[in-house]
Amino acid sequence: MAINWFKYSAPSTFYGLAGKLIPFFAWPAAILFVIGLYIGFFVAPTDAVQSEAYRIIFLHVPASILSMFIYLIMAGYAALGLIFNTRLSSMMAQALAPTGALFAFVSLWSGALWGKPMWGAWWVWDARLTSELILLFLYLGYIALQASIEDPRRADRASALLAIVGSVNVPIIYFSVKWWNTLHQGSTIKFTGTSMHIAMQQAMFAVLAACWLYAIAVTLARVRSIILERERNTQWVSELREMKQ
Amino acid sequence: MRKLSLLGLLGLVIRRDLLLAMRRRADVLTTLIFFVMVVSLFPLGVGPEMDMLRKMASGVVWVAALLASMLSLPRMFSADYADGTLEQMMLAPQSLSVLVLGKIVAHWMLSGLPLALIAPVLGLQFDMSVPALWALVLALLLGTPVLSMIGAIGAALTLGLRGGGVLVSLLVLPLCIPVLIFGAGAVEAVNSGMSAVSNLSLLGAFMLFALVFTPFVAAQALRISME
Repeated sequence: MAINWFKYSAPSTFYGLAGKLIPFFAWPAAILFVIGLYIGFFVAPTDAVQSEAYRIIFLHVPASILSMFIYLIMAGYAALGLIFNTRLSSMMAQALAPTGALFAFVSLWSGALWGKPMWGAWWVWDARLTSELILLFLYLGYIALQASIEDPRRADRASALLAIVGSVNVPIIYFSVKWWNTLHQGSTIKFTGTSMHIAMQQAMFAVLAACWLYAIAVTLARVRSIILERERNTQWVSELREMKQ
Repeated sequence: MRKLSLLGLLGLVIRRDLLLAMRRRADVLTTLIFFVMVVSLFPLGVGPEMDMLRKMASGVVWVAALLASMLSLPRMFSADYADGTLEQMMLAPQSLSVLVLGKIVAHWMLSGLPLALIAPVLGLQFDMSVPALWALVLALLLGTPVLSMIGAIGAALTLGLRGGGVLVSLLVLPLCIPVLIFGAGAVEAVNSGMSAVSNLSLLGAFMLFALVFTPFVAAQALRISME
């Protein structure tokens, strides 16, 4: 029997599937988070240079990675929705944006908390910090555009175009900020190039996986709400069990 | 009816927009006055020490130019949208991208070009040297078209929305950061005794890159907004 790959590209079938999948992502996320934090706080040794303060890396790095990765995934879904006119792709893009913005914010916030004891400043105009801040701005612009257009179809397509333009611009922004920074002779602080202790790696990867799974679970939950909101006038929504209660 | 060539079409759109703007000169002047005002406010805010002013002049002028061009962006399509001209343009057999390019060029001639021409006067207020002034004007001439082009995408996406004016700045400003960096960098380079060529070349590259892609993207954005 051939598998119908497109079966779950319809919001009505994906709604149920997403509901079933959420626990499979949410629980491992919670467990891995606990494991990662345990290793990070109790097993990983104290850093020679940065003493205890370095431990914020276990949240900071995964959040930064995901904030950038989610933007790409979001732009990808947005492009799919724009090109093939698949409603679910646009809904996924819309559902991913707040999580991406959250991770960008967490990355900046934890970076500030880490920067204060390490560099003596909450904020330096380092290339990476600046581009992360601009990434947050891009997320906020995307969310604002999506929110201010009432017609969902136009909102999807307009914000998809914005996400694509943004993703083309991200490398340009990154390199300009980098060159700008070296031009200004800004910060001379570099991350210590020493190889990481094995327990540190384990903690970081555990939290990274946890954040990743968390992002998937939250996105699925959010896309379920978006599906319900947009399809509220359809037959299949009115037949849902949770609607009849 | 005579068939229009692409260049003829481009010229027609530019002429039409310029003519319309000349009928309502106040709109153009407001942007320019805003630019002059913002730049003149900075010394009042940070103090009159010439050393500091000279150092921040390029950045101030560039940020003010960025804000001024944001201010005029919502006007790029809104009048044509309100009276139905835009709809007729989209129905026209000619390429919408070229039409949009014409509107972008007209917008630049009414917003970016005046800013670039008046910038040296403002630069004198900040005691900039003559080579730095040249770099500033050249950078503005190369950079402001990019602002108009990226701005056209934002203006097209937010067409007819509530609060479109603020929203368009929110969308466009982050995308304009590279222009700001290299535009201000050109003057900075001259001030520190280096050549501004690398910064100006990068600005030129941005302009060509944007010239190729943005009219098409803005035309797509208009299609999305108008359907």
